[in-house]
Amino acid sequence: MKTLKSIGYLLGLPLILLAWWWIATSGAANFFVPTPAQLAETFVETWMGERLVTDVLPSVIRLVVGVLAAIVLGIGLGLAVGLNRTMRALTEPVFEFFRALPPPVLVPVLMLLVGINDGMKIAVIISGCIWPVLLNTIEGVRSIDPVQNETSRSYGISGFNRIRYQVLPSATPTIMAGVRQCLSIGLILMVISEMFASSSGLGFTIVQFQRSFAVPEMWSGIVVLGLIGVALSFIFQWCERRVLRWYHGLKEVENAV
Amino acid sequence: MTQIAEEQVVGGHKAATTRPRQTPKAVLGLIGVLVFLGAWELLPVLGIVNAKYLPPASEVLAALALDLGLTAFWVAVGDTMTAWAIGLAIAVVLALVLGLLIGMSPFLRRFTNSTIEFLRPIPSVALIPLAVLLFGMKIESSLLLIIYACFWQVLIQVLYGVADVDNVAMQTARSYGFSHWQRVRDVVFPTMLPYLMTGIRLAASVALILAITAELLIGSPGLGNEITLAQSGGAIAGMYALILATGFLGVLINVVTRVVEKRVLSWHPSVRGEATP
Repeated sequence: MKTLKSIGYLLGLPLILLAWWWIATSGAANFFVPTPAQLAETFVETWMGERLVTDVLPSVIRLVVGVLAAIVLGIGLGLAVGLNRTMRALTEPVFEFFRALPPPVLVPVLMLLVGINDGMKIAVIISGCIWPVLLNTIEGVRSIDPVQNETSRSYGISGFNRIRYQVLPSATPTIMAGVRQCLSIGLILMVISEMFASSSGLGFTIVQFQRSFAVPEMWSGIVVLGLIGVALSFIFQWCERRVLRWYHGLKEVENAV
Repeated sequence: MTQIAEEQVVGGHKAATTRPRQTPKAVLGLIGVLVFLGAWELLPVLGIVNAKYLPPASEVLAALALDLGLTAFWVAVGDTMTAWAIGLAIAVVLALVLGLLIGMSPFLRRFTNSTIEFLRPIPSVALIPLAVLLFGMKIESSLLLIIYACFWQVLIQVLYGVADVDNVAMQTARSYGFSHWQRVRDVVFPTMLPYLMTGIRLAASVALILAITAELLIGSPGLGNEITLAQSGGAIAGMYALILATGFLGVLINVVTRVVEKRVLSWHPSVRGEATP
């Protein structure tokens, strides 16, 4: 009974919306909105074949490479800057500016500097994704409990060991907040870099469909992007739960007290 | 929710540690900016990067200064900011009303949870083709993207905020015979306000990103469109100048939202604590 109820909560609204969509589109044929059945059919036809390998896979690989590179670079640079007060003061205004810069405007710049190729698309993703990770790492390192710092110092923990066992763990919750932001920016930039200058990839294909007024195909492309977004957010939540298990445990104990 | 807590901690920290060393910090920051500009100036001059693709900083800054005197530039800024303001306002009002409705009813919260979690990660740029089909190169296209993206930012914050309402306060209000509307106004709203302000601050920068994106890709009027035009016209220094201008716009929006947030929440402990150390 209990599981039945939670399934009802989980699926209730989606089913109602789906039914509403079905009824609204089945009467009068609207050019812009396909019926659910039509969309499902087009989706399978369009994406469950060659396109999965030629368009979806390269896009996803570029996204993953770009985001991972941005995370590694962001954490590395963030540690270097965050642990040094002078570096922090030196770089703060410049970094703030780059964070405020809307990432898509860098696409034309990188098109000029790198040329139109896979490298440029990955560079675009890195250039947008690195800022939330970098700045959150700096913040995380900066706001470490001073008592912890003193403790590691008096125990003679320094260098790599200090970073590995004290600095990184206590900065992780903040860093993960940055990673979460960087994922959605990465997905947006993946699509944009392909819409701009490309002859393959998801973004390119969807724009192609729109220009040729292939409306159901265009919608199915939007669905693919949505599914990638949802998948990313689930993967992130899973990783976050693993990485921050100790942290959530700690919070629970604190809240219980 | 963690975001707010962290920011408060960080904010308090900042007030405590940086106040006595404010001058050297500002000077260091200025030096950082000068080093950055110097490196930018030297890269093309020394031939490390092709000057055709990356003009030296002095040239770009001159182009920016020239832009500031042009009416066309300010019209573009006006177009971008109009889309930004309208989109943000609609998104905030929608999210606030729906967030209060959903957040205050445990049934609705559970009922809508799966749908919200599913729709939220869908990237707003996925809607670009749809916007083009429906509205073409007009401001409505930008608005569609801006509203979609900002709506979720604010809605999630409002939901967290409503969930944070103190049970005892709510029970007290009920036993004092507060009407439903009074409870919303005097109990729920003040608790939710800090969350709402964080949501609006995040949404304000997201709105700028999408306004510029829509202009870049769809060609609706504004700074983004000017950037595309400058690039395809080969006015590379002009393109960099416009990009700098969007960056400054972003910084300005950040600063203004911070100030507004501080003003609106001047009664709130997190801000009060910062003001009087």
